[in-house]
Amino acid sequence: MGYLRGIAAIYWKDLVLELRTRQSLSAMLVFCLTVAVLFNFAFEPGSSAVQAVAPGVLWSAFAFAGILGISRSFSFEVDRGGLQGLLLCPVERGVIYFAKVLGNFSFMLLVEIIALPVFVILYDLPLSVNLGALAAVLVAGTLGFSAVGSLLSAMSASTRAREILLPVLLFPVAVPLLIATVKSTGPALTGRPIGEIAVWLRLLIAFDLLFLAVSSLTFEYVVED
Amino acid sequence: MKAQQSGRYRLDLILWLAATASVALALYFALLFAPTERTMGHVQRIFYFHVASAWVAFLAFFVVFVASVLYLATRDLRHDVLAASSAEIGVLFTTLVLTTGPLWAKPVWNTYWTWDPRLTTTLILWLIYIAYLMLRSFVGEDEKAARFAAVFGIVGFADVPIVYLSIRLWRTLHPKPVIGGAEGSGLHPTMLIALLVCLTAFALLYLCLLRLRIRLERVQRQLRRAQLERG
Repeated sequence: MGYLRGIAAIYWKDLVLELRTRQSLSAMLVFCLTVAVLFNFAFEPGSSAVQAVAPGVLWSAFAFAGILGISRSFSFEVDRGGLQGLLLCPVERGVIYFAKVLGNFSFMLLVEIIALPVFVILYDLPLSVNLGALAAVLVAGTLGFSAVGSLLSAMSASTRAREILLPVLLFPVAVPLLIATVKSTGPALTGRPIGEIAVWLRLLIAFDLLFLAVSSLTFEYVVED
Repeated sequence: MKAQQSGRYRLDLILWLAATASVALALYFALLFAPTERTMGHVQRIFYFHVASAWVAFLAFFVVFVASVLYLATRDLRHDVLAASSAEIGVLFTTLVLTTGPLWAKPVWNTYWTWDPRLTTTLILWLIYIAYLMLRSFVGEDEKAARFAAVFGIVGFADVPIVYLSIRLWRTLHPKPVIGGAEGSGLHPTMLIALLVCLTAFALLYLCLLRLRIRLERVQRQLRRAQLERG
């Protein structure tokens, strides 16, 4: 089976599975909005500080919601022996890894796209978005988070303490990514030109490439048995 | 076997004597020999221990990275023992950095902590390697723990340059590197000597602790295996 066809097949399996139950997606979305509401209590209503911290709140919510989906993407495979089945597929280990990254990436991105307008309303953000810049930040940030998250999820899913271990492993590693996304989301939301955030976008792309490479190379050692 | 063991103990003895002597020497150089800094006064003398700890911590994490790659390449558990031991000592020295830093910052910057990128980076590094140690403790079997830890040791270390990159993008309160830094920076020659003495002392201390920790790790694993065999 070809590399790309293998990725497409496993991705399709996860997509069908998710669309039949919609468990992950609905939980991620509800959790994302809950975080937005909870953070709101930290600020005085109507203060201008709300808009200044909105990108941080946004990405905290995205990251928390994302980790739910990423955690589940391997734990349900381990629970029902699905991982054994995946490993028996006549494909390289890298195919399984990239299919999982693609799945986590698209679910997380979908949640972000749905949640973002709600955020704009709840936090009363000015409606002068630079759509191109915002799309670039969302795609690059979500890709990096899924890239390193999928590797660490495969790891934590086969330990004794999977739910508590994944956030502990993933968040410190993802810190540069979160800094860059938060720093560039602000200008993108207020309609600044993309050139202003080029530095952060380059950092995000470097993060994505580095961790796609490192993770796809080390993934086979994680799912060995 | 016996001759090899006594040779090992002799090396240990030499290392410990050298470490003890150089730590004593480091105290003399940092506290008495080095000149008092013009604006900061005596409190600046913590610099010698602060910077030496930071460098040794980086060295320890670099050893974790190299040992992790070697383990995945060879599957020799000796590399894993080295990685586990070095990570723990790295966390210890990072803790020292994070303790001496605020103690120095309070009188000089008038605050224990600022979210300056370099401080934040060190804190993140500390969290990454604490997570590394937690990962090890959550995976029961030696071989699987070794594999997972090796992968995370590589991922964590690969993260360091990216975290460092973000430093340059933020404005920073922390002084620029004094060695190999910009023009106009630089240490007084006697200060540099004191720093190098401290660095040597801490590096020797690292080696001593590493050898002890490796021996402890081996004994612990033997004990666990023996317990498993007896049921």
